[in-house]
Amino acid sequence: MRVNVPISVGGWARLFSRWDILAVLLIVGLLVFLGEASRHLFEPLAELQKQPPSLDPRYLPEYAARTTLRMLVAMVFSLIFTFTYATLAAKNKYAERILVPLLDILQSVPILGFISVTVVFFMELAPGRVLGAEYAAIFAIFTSQAWNMAFSFYQSLRTVPTELQEASRNFGLSSWMTFWKLDVPFAMPQLIWNMMMSMSGSWFFVVASEAISVGNTTVTLPGVGSYISLAIEHRNLKAVSWAIATMLVVILIYDQVLFRPLVAWADRFRFEQEPGGVAPQSWVFSVLRRSRIVERLTEPFAVLWRQTLRRRRLDKPATVKAAPQNSRWIGYLFGGLAIVVAAIVLWRVVDFFAGAITLGDVGTTLLLGAATLMRVVVLIAIASLIWVPIGVWVGTQPRVANMVQPVAQFLAAFPANLLFPIFVSVIVAWRLDPNIWLSPLMILGTQWYILFNVIAGASAIPAELRSCGANFRVRGWLWWRRIGLPAVFPYYVTGAITASGGSWNASIVAEVASWGDEHLQAAGLGAYIAHETDAGHFHHIVLGIVVMSLYVVVVNRLFWRPLYFYAERKFRLG
Amino acid sequence: MAAATAAPALLDIHSLRQSFPRADGGEHLVLEGVELALQHGQIVGLLGRTGSGKSTLLRLIAGLAQPSGGTVTYLGQPVQAPAPGIAMVFQSFALFPWLTVLENVQLGLEALGLPEAEIRQRALAAIDLIGLDGYESAYPRELSGGMRQRVGFARALVVHPNILLMDEPFSALDVLTAETLRTDFLELWGDGKLPIKGVILVTHNIEEAVLMCDRILLFSTNPGRIISEIAVTLKQPRNRLDPQFRDLVEKIYVAMTARKASPVAIGTTGERTATIDTVVPRVSANLLSGLIETLAAPPFNGKADLPVLADELHLELDELFPVSESLQLLHFAEIEGGDIKLTDAGKQFAESGMDDRKKLFQRQLLAYVPLAAHVRRVLQERANHVAPKSRFLDELEDHMSTEDAEGTLRAVTAWGRFAEVYAYDDDSGAFSLENPS
Repeated sequence: MRVNVPISVGGWARLFSRWDILAVLLIVGLLVFLGEASRHLFEPLAELQKQPPSLDPRYLPEYAARTTLRMLVAMVFSLIFTFTYATLAAKNKYAERILVPLLDILQSVPILGFISVTVVFFMELAPGRVLGAEYAAIFAIFTSQAWNMAFSFYQSLRTVPTELQEASRNFGLSSWMTFWKLDVPFAMPQLIWNMMMSMSGSWFFVVASEAISVGNTTVTLPGVGSYISLAIEHRNLKAVSWAIATMLVVILIYDQVLFRPLVAWADRFRFEQEPGGVAPQSWVFSVLRRSRIVERLTEPFAVLWRQTLRRRRLDKPATVKAAPQNSRWIGYLFGGLAIVVAAIVLWRVVDFFAGAITLGDVGTTLLLGAATLMRVVVLIAIASLIWVPIGVWVGTQPRVANMVQPVAQFLAAFPANLLFPIFVSVIVAWRLDPNIWLSPLMILGTQWYILFNVIAGASAIPAELRSCGANFRVRGWLWWRRIGLPAVFPYYVTGAITASGGSWNASIVAEVASWGDEHLQAAGLGAYIAHETDAGHFHHIVLGIVVMSLYVVVVNRLFWRPLYFYAERKFRLG
Repeated sequence: MAAATAAPALLDIHSLRQSFPRADGGEHLVLEGVELALQHGQIVGLLGRTGSGKSTLLRLIAGLAQPSGGTVTYLGQPVQAPAPGIAMVFQSFALFPWLTVLENVQLGLEALGLPEAEIRQRALAAIDLIGLDGYESAYPRELSGGMRQRVGFARALVVHPNILLMDEPFSALDVLTAETLRTDFLELWGDGKLPIKGVILVTHNIEEAVLMCDRILLFSTNPGRIISEIAVTLKQPRNRLDPQFRDLVEKIYVAMTARKASPVAIGTTGERTATIDTVVPRVSANLLSGLIETLAAPPFNGKADLPVLADELHLELDELFPVSESLQLLHFAEIEGGDIKLTDAGKQFAESGMDDRKKLFQRQLLAYVPLAAHVRRVLQERANHVAPKSRFLDELEDHMSTEDAEGTLRAVTAWGRFAEVYAYDDDSGAFSLENPS
């Protein structure tokens, strides 16, 4: 490790090292990628449709680049959203009251619903240009990434140790400086973990967001997602395999180039003071850090950055208020404002639905929602029965766990559409009931969250507890009942909550499947929303989305939340 | 007091009061009527137990909170926000784990907006002064506790504060490390090498206060008031074995036990019985048994000098007092003039076996802890002999803060379980009369 000496010594020994060459290549590669991918953005839409996406695998690298760029741009927006929204929620108690529940609800709104509703709006923003469709796609991907990141950041900000906050204030740090020196570093490890989850999750929706079709508006953006949907339309198995291979390569690349360096870098932000475990390694991170060219190039920016931190508090030092007397009036004012806003929104909503939606429609969607709910419940139960024992077993074998984790991460990113060929062919060939046999598609991508979490829980069982079990010869079913299952229970609940939310989201894709001309549909709320989106019935789309959010929120509040608190209280170790 | 001398005080505190609103609309008083003046070149110690509001006082001085009443004046200006000339050293160090030693020390200077060259030069000088040479690029996690606190000191000193606030800075360290750090600090202070003019030290370690301070303010608990002020005129460096030193320690013990003869019964000085609104410290029955056995055995034979006992058991003020006061509350022991003496019940307890001990404990608990008797009575009156925890918690919260209520109920729950007076099921949050048999 390079020792950070107060003055620059030995800087002239060698001007370049081999790390420099690699670093230059990496950065130039990044620039080329960005330039190539955004070159087509400003072409008129007409041209886009003249040259429809091709199934020729030679186009796949370009498609992959554009898809990844969309995901990265969405990630940038997600980060901006996280830093502003979550900070406001954590620092201002009035904002907190509305922002936190809002986030909770936003999280439950099906992501594909966002696309259906917003695509026309975004097309209007840049009429006739590819850019409008790009906006819509990026926005859809953003909605699949941002919420859990914001939640994680908000929760981190709430748990910043008091003494560090006091130290920051005691030494007169401005709030801008406190944010970058304390809040962000403290939240970083958790945030990066959530960014990785978000990237995996957003693959699932890339397919839908690149081939957008709402009523008469159909836009196909070049990318891996549209390639997949075209391959499905043309029943081209070879193209599907190419798409899978491309995805695998892209995921490997951004894992190596983006996330591993981030994880290695963020290791310093771990709050535990004790040295423990093996520090995560990343060759890209090592190259960037050791390279002198990178250091020279970034130094001016670093100096500028430090200048902003040292700017003598533009924001005055906050005087601490004594027992707040006038806060009651602010509270009333805030409450009054909230009521007015709620009333206006309610009026607009009623106005929107009036005449277009009948009570019958509401009943239908509720019933369809119940059907989807049943699928989710059964699937989560089955997935739990399968993955909990496997996860516990894997988690207790560190070597296996290290191998399984990345595989599960890839599988979590796997869009359900890619399995349409198999499912549709089998269902048609054996004349199976799509109401039952399409369902597994819903949990395809989300079941892995159960596995991840259970593995994490099982590897966290203290060695002493396991030795104690061995010492008393606790084996078989007794071991599972008294040691294995209780130890992983809190982790399992966290995983199952994610899986359940994700399955609702996936139902819009999974309850309608097609392979060429074969179209299969299961009765459910997901299929309803998908169908109404095709038809362009906006009132019905919104109704479907609202009902689905309602189901998710109610299930979360009535079932998952109490279960979570119970698990935390009773089974959390340490 | 010397407040009227030529040089104005660094810091003046006048009739300071701090309270927090309670759930029932009343207020929970933490600090009351605090008067304090810090003169140039003085180290003032704030000595008291947890809950005496001394840490709260330190935060009011630092401008991290605002008082409900009274004033804090620093160099003639009221303190309304963190003042640039007041720096703090924290109990748990409060280092930023993601910044190196050098970066941690530079933090306060960066916030001042100084030129980079000056920041570096001053930080290196502070690191040098405090004996951290060679550790500049280390991260806090790589350092031992003692080294970490040195970083805490360097970080505070580098901004050249007039007043250094120390919040139990040595209590998270082991005995040897703490002593080295204290000696080093006193040496630098004595040689005039520290860029500070006055120090306020919060501690619950009596010997530490006598070792370091020029003046010691003793704080009572619930609410925190200054009960006594003791000037320490011994010359530095002080020797712990010096008879004068020992006398002073003894004197402080006496002062702290005399005025708090009944630590629990607020407003009824002299009366040694608890009431329903008495805050009960959380002390396990095992610890109580242990202390009774130690007291009963030689060399104490039923009576001990508290400083000697503390020394023998390696317990600090904050650890010994809750146990001894619980013994007093249960009438297993009496505390008078810095001494603790077993009662007849205490002696009997020491001689009994497990079953008799439980019976004895049950008798004392029901007789002298009204809350335990109250819980038992409510359970007996109810047809199903079950009552929820919240029923008692709400009742307690009318008299004390939420935290104290929670703590008191937990303590009494644990004692009741030990004495088999009632049972408590955490899953359902309910008290009951049935014991699993």
